[in-house]
Amino acid sequence: MQSVSNPPSISVRDVSITYRTTFEKRPTLKSAVMRAGRGERLIREIEAVKNVSFDVHAGSVLGIVGSNGAGKSTIVRAIAGILPPSSGEIQVRGRVSTLLALGVGFDANLSGHENVILGGLAAGYSRAEIESKFEEISDWTELGDFLEMPMRAYSSGMYSRLAFAVAIHMEPDILLVDEALSAGDARFKKKATEKMMSLVREARTMVFVSHALATLQEMCTEAIWLDKGRLMERGTPAEVVKAYSKFVDTPPSAATLEDV
Amino acid sequence: MRSAVSQSEDDFSGVVHVYKPFRAGLPHLGPYFREAWRRRAFASEASRAKLRSTQSDTVLGQLWNVLNPLLLAAVYFLLVTILSSRAASDPNYFSHLLCGLFAFFFIANSMTGGAKSVVKAGKMITNTAFPRMLLPLSEVRTALRKFLPTLLVLLVALVIGPVKLNVIDLVAIPWFIFLLAFATGMALLLATCQVYFRDTSNFLPYVNRIWLYASPVLWYSEQLPDRLRALEIFNPLFSILGGWSRIIIDHELPLMSETLLAAAWSFGVLILGAFVFMSRERDFAVRL
Repeated sequence: MQSVSNPPSISVRDVSITYRTTFEKRPTLKSAVMRAGRGERLIREIEAVKNVSFDVHAGSVLGIVGSNGAGKSTIVRAIAGILPPSSGEIQVRGRVSTLLALGVGFDANLSGHENVILGGLAAGYSRAEIESKFEEISDWTELGDFLEMPMRAYSSGMYSRLAFAVAIHMEPDILLVDEALSAGDARFKKKATEKMMSLVREARTMVFVSHALATLQEMCTEAIWLDKGRLMERGTPAEVVKAYSKFVDTPPSAATLEDV
Repeated sequence: MRSAVSQSEDDFSGVVHVYKPFRAGLPHLGPYFREAWRRRAFASEASRAKLRSTQSDTVLGQLWNVLNPLLLAAVYFLLVTILSSRAASDPNYFSHLLCGLFAFFFIANSMTGGAKSVVKAGKMITNTAFPRMLLPLSEVRTALRKFLPTLLVLLVALVIGPVKLNVIDLVAIPWFIFLLAFATGMALLLATCQVYFRDTSNFLPYVNRIWLYASPVLWYSEQLPDRLRALEIFNPLFSILGGWSRIIIDHELPLMSETLLAAAWSFGVLILGAFVFMSRERDFAVRL
């Protein structure tokens, strides 16, 4: 499956990501002035990822497991080029398509159709490319007339169905997915999994963050486990899931294997 | 097996991306602007969609975009006529008011739209890597699209009003570059500001109102009392809008000092706005 001669699709080398952010829900000038008066600061430095290295070769599916706050989303965003690494280097070969936030859309007042076009244009696709894929996307989502309605009328399942359809139908070389399937119903999950597997068969690369350990074991060809920003283990999905389950001290059960 | 990757190697996004440490400071300007230019369709489509969703693309919507500033102009006209006899005695006053007010609304709309542009696109920023500058630029385009029909009204006012059209009016076209540069710079600055201080857009209506009164829109720049003359260089709109009205209403070429000041302010703000925005935009994803 992995040919050593080809450079990996994704190469993460000794990457650390530290960023500063605020814990305020809505940072305002007013609160900043009042806090300055009291001499306190709410800016925290977060070391999300610490010296992580791994490669992902074309045609493989990498699963990332870890507890909340382990740095999973951060590392995937860095691969997508959204967050810069603080040290180290990330190399990505090929066109990347992302599904990193639940309910992705540009503006809920615009229709699903308009949001698909805008999302595609922002991601760097041409209008012709998006329009040529639109019918496929629309068929796949089975949203029908809803696509012409404002997205604020959508249920969360419909939101994620559309976002997933867009990400996967743009023929990416690399697909990055972060917890995207949890809002859909059982049928959608099955359909989404099948679609992802068909991409893998076409030698596309995938990085997949999930808490659904069963899905992860089923879909991935390899896995890594992150904890507090550090790479704890890397290996086959079965090994990694076993080590992770042991670490969090919960034997694989129905609750951990499926997302609730 | 590798066909999927190599096939798109010649494609624009089939390239190898290398992400290296990057904190403050500017990204590489060449690739950044190339990428922004390549995705300019996003900015124009976002602006078009926004105009559609606010009905601004319909005939009545367009009419409202014209009617709204026109009614406001009527309100100010009434106010100034009652408060000062001087304006009422000047037959050109209403044309001057329209000319300055419409241009001011273009800048104010760019500012309010620009301020919300990045925060509004929150989910998209956490999901997709693209030059964030397109978001405020799209809002400037929206403001420009609302400004164009009011220019027609101004044209009608100049044709039927006392001021009349004049060949000097053509100088307004290059002068408009100052307005555009200034509006864009302010949109970029405020978009960045709003990410860190979410109440920025709450202050804006007050800032804009005060700014309007402090600029030569309701009054002529010559009317400024001598003791305040020294302060005029600190208000960018003094030179930018003062020159705008001097060209269109007085049919005079702008003063040299006015031109230099307007150029310095507008391009200064544009460069500052672009610098602040581009050096902070990599931080937006963790701040939203």
